[in-house]
Amino acid sequence: MTMLDAFWNGLTGLGAGFVHMHWSNPVMIVVGCALLYLAVIKQFEPLLLLPIGFGCILVNIPLADLMGSNGFLRIIYNAGIMTELFPLLIFVGIGAMTDFGPVLENPATFLLGAAGQFGIFLVLGLALVLGFTEMEAVSIGIIGACDGPTAIYVTSKYAPQLLGAVSVAAYCYMSLVPLIQPPIMKILTTEKERMTVMKSSTRSVSRNTKLLFPLVITIIGGFIAPMGLPLLGTIMLGNFMRESGVVARLTKASENEIANVVTLLLGLSIGATMDGRIFLKSQTLIILGLGFLAICLDTACGVLLAKLMRVMTGGKINPLIGAAGISAFPMAARVVQKEGQKYNKRSYLLMHAMGANAGGQIGSVIAAAVMLSILKGMGII
Amino acid sequence: MDKFTFGFTMLVIGMGGTLLTLGIMSAIMVLLKRIFPLEQEERSSEKQQ
Repeated sequence: MTMLDAFWNGLTGLGAGFVHMHWSNPVMIVVGCALLYLAVIKQFEPLLLLPIGFGCILVNIPLADLMGSNGFLRIIYNAGIMTELFPLLIFVGIGAMTDFGPVLENPATFLLGAAGQFGIFLVLGLALVLGFTEMEAVSIGIIGACDGPTAIYVTSKYAPQLLGAVSVAAYCYMSLVPLIQPPIMKILTTEKERMTVMKSSTRSVSRNTKLLFPLVITIIGGFIAPMGLPLLGTIMLGNFMRESGVVARLTKASENEIANVVTLLLGLSIGATMDGRIFLKSQTLIILGLGFLAICLDTACGVLLAKLMRVMTGGKINPLIGAAGISAFPMAARVVQKEGQKYNKRSYLLMHAMGANAGGQIGSVIAAAVMLSILKGMGII
Repeated sequence: MDKFTFGFTMLVIGMGGTLLTLGIMSAIMVLLKRIFPLEQEERSSEKQQ
């Protein structure tokens, strides 16, 4: 090799990334930057959208092969997503952070957490009509759980090819709840209903009840829908540790160190699935649209059930709290409080909405568990 | 199984199953509250806090 050849080869090696660029790579780098913009400037779910955005940029740089068999993103992905470990560890942290006191104060609000999941099943049907396979439809429907770890758990297991689109949709829409919900709440309720003042509840839950709650729910829920036990069991383990008060170190580690490390790795792994050649399809846009519809339908069903409960209780319930039946905790409850105050300054809906929102948190897990158990019952999984 | 049967089964049993499961859990919560009511001591300590 002459000196000139060596120089030329060396120079081409420096620019190889540009030479091997696929048209989809720069597009996805822009998408990654848009996610970083939402995280950093708009502060929409920054803990997740920042590593997702960065992971998306990393995986779209040609020849780096970060998702190749020995790439560091592939190693993280295989270790935490393929094994379903990351979403489950996140759930332990969520359980350790969540106070189920408000829902225990008023167990009827738990039902709003069920109505807040109906969008999952409605959109599942629509996805089937649009030509998706059964397992893809299940994974698209689960965006309506409005619960990132649940969506990731189900999708990584049954339709891993959709993981990027489903996860991005789930987290983006979760962060957009304050924009998505208010118009639906307004359309479905009358001014009189929105102005209803709900009676504030006095504290009535004993320590024993709070302690036994996660244990009993795990056992009963596990027997009803065993396929969802990993989800239910981990969230309830975290909550049992919190309520027991005897493992403060473990509780703190679950809600801080473990949750933080896993969130970073989870975000990077999701971003790593957003390779332009796989992600940029018309199918992705359809998934994003269906995910949006699922969350709108969840909100609508929650509000409609709350209206029914209002009729049954003789007008004691403000139907706005039904919107908090989704899993975006505590964001949805805050939206309800804000909207309630907009129509009546004397209306304090926060604690009631927190009950529905905690119900939604468990509701999303139960909906996924029920869905998986039905699939198992039908012999599909 | 055709897609319509699958979709309709998931819709009906999925929505019904979720509502029923959460209904059962809600009833268990009411039961737990009845069996373990808030003790007077807990109530007063709560007030002091």
